[in-house]
Amino acid sequence: MVKSDLSNADLLKLLYFMRLTRECDIAIVRLYQQGKIVGGAYTGRGNEATAVGSAFALASNDYLFPMHRDLGAHLVKGQSLRAIFLQQLARQNSLTGGRDGTGHYADPALRIYGNVSHLAAMIPVAVGVALASRLRHEGAVVMNFIGDGGSNVGEFHEGLNMAAVMKLPFVLIVENNQYAYSTPVSKQFTAPCLAARAQGYGIPGVTVDGTDVLAVYEACRTAVDRARKGLGPTLVESVTMRMQGHSAADDAAYVPPTLLEEWKRKDPLEQFERHLIESGILDDGRRSSLGAEIVDAVEKAVEEAVAAPYPEGKEAEDGVFHP
Amino acid sequence: MALTTYIDAINQAMREEMRRDQSVFLLGEDIGAFGGAFKATRGLFEEFGEDRVIDTPLSEAAIVGAATGAALVGMRPVAEMQFADFVSCGFNQLVTNTAKIHYRWRLPVPLVVRLPSGGNIHGGPFHSANPEAWFSNVPGLKIVAAATPYDAKGLLKAAIRDDNPVLFLEYKSLYRRLKEDIPEKEFIVPLGKGTIRRPGKDMVVFTYGPTVSTAVDAAERISKEEGNETCVVDLRSLAPLDHELIIQCVKETGKVLILHEATRTGGVGAEVAAFIAEMAFGYLDAPIVRVASLDTPVPLAPPLEEAFLPTVEKVVAALRQLGRF
Repeated sequence: MVKSDLSNADLLKLLYFMRLTRECDIAIVRLYQQGKIVGGAYTGRGNEATAVGSAFALASNDYLFPMHRDLGAHLVKGQSLRAIFLQQLARQNSLTGGRDGTGHYADPALRIYGNVSHLAAMIPVAVGVALASRLRHEGAVVMNFIGDGGSNVGEFHEGLNMAAVMKLPFVLIVENNQYAYSTPVSKQFTAPCLAARAQGYGIPGVTVDGTDVLAVYEACRTAVDRARKGLGPTLVESVTMRMQGHSAADDAAYVPPTLLEEWKRKDPLEQFERHLIESGILDDGRRSSLGAEIVDAVEKAVEEAVAAPYPEGKEAEDGVFHP
Repeated sequence: MALTTYIDAINQAMREEMRRDQSVFLLGEDIGAFGGAFKATRGLFEEFGEDRVIDTPLSEAAIVGAATGAALVGMRPVAEMQFADFVSCGFNQLVTNTAKIHYRWRLPVPLVVRLPSGGNIHGGPFHSANPEAWFSNVPGLKIVAAATPYDAKGLLKAAIRDDNPVLFLEYKSLYRRLKEDIPEKEFIVPLGKGTIRRPGKDMVVFTYGPTVSTAVDAAERISKEEGNETCVVDLRSLAPLDHELIIQCVKETGKVLILHEATRTGGVGAEVAAFIAEMAFGYLDAPIVRVASLDTPVPLAPPLEEAFLPTVEKVVAALRQLGRF
């Protein structure tokens, strides 16, 4: 793993958020299999280091525009487990009142703005928030996420180009996780890497090992600092593997088992835990008590959300327009 | 009162709102020092500077998307599409993001997209669009059409102050053709309300935009030739429609003609006709008649475009027939 000057307390925070992310994902898949989550259920297995390490570089007044593999980023930005599971379960008192699911919510107090399913469509919107931040001299940076698949969509280019031309405080994380649904990267682009696309916009592009939370954090901290200084956007390509299907409905039988075996050895969470144990920052006792705390917290939030009611049908017409 | 062209009314609306509210800013292609392809933003760059009159790269998706993002965090952007046709390149932003934000997130999206619309300027298939029907089926977008300089100013000011996304249809054929004395004192024209442009008890024409004057001209001729008096309703707000006014005028006349410059099939007029058939059938004394542009792309050559557009002659012929029903 790369070197970092983070304090031991911060390193343990990173571990906490990565384990919490994985535990939430496990619960989400279970809820889906039980028929309690309607619509899609998406996990970030293999992406925990990217989601957590990137968002850890943000300040509280920075804006987060995550995508569906980035539950860890929501958690780092301060989202509660309660809000996350109410939203996953489309409950009446969720952040979207059951009008939308997964991470498709906004929480302006935390400056989190979730994705739409057309992932690249969020890039110009996030760029517009970066523009507002600059116009109002907020000093706030916008961090937005896209995948290897979404990086082929026109709005990726159109948004990133505008951000570059206007030198906006914008950081785009490209999660290259080898597959867009069933389509491998070999059928999606011929660039040597996705960071190379940054050259076309005249901005820095870096590729990091997306299984190494410290590598992700350091690259993102540099990008965020640069953006905050008014030096414009950076593209950070984080290379990892989507270890589960596109959604919980997808068994991903199209992924060669050897490829999964290879990436399993680089599991971001296990890798980081080993590193912390070897560095004497974590011991087995703390490791298992942390695990138990997290399981309890997730279970409590899940129970509360499952018990919460759906919205009522009569609410369907509410809120198309602002009054 | 000051004699004001339609395009100057639009310019004044933006200038006044930008003076009144620091969060209002403009973005679009060539709108800065150049003043816009039609000079709608002339002088605004000089008065407000490059941070409030922003020239963007050529990308309607980025313009609409960035405006949506800025609106989401409390700014009040006014985005210019150089021609309404090009909003097709920003379509995904409007229907996927802009229109659905409030329903899902309960956050205001105070955004205006100005759409220089319509034909009759020999613009051909790619510079003549009337795109309202693409959007009137999308819940969450307000759509208004300005038929006069007074309305252009008042509706645009209301649109800028509204907390919802508003598509503002302005008409290239009216930019310099229409002049009107408008008050120097501030005024707004509320969204959601139509207005009667000409009273009449025998028939009613529901229309908007550049065909309001077509309808009034046709109504005058019918009055002289046939002695029938035709009410002309300028719908002004296409989403939401002013249902109350529509019902009232159907009740008062019993004979309905629906007119627009947009093409006929699936146009806004189809919704007006369906609404009347559902809600006011009992008041109808004749089948509803529609006059609109032909169901073709907008052709370039003048004789073709004239055949394409709903002219005064076509409306007169339709009203004559309707009057005798």
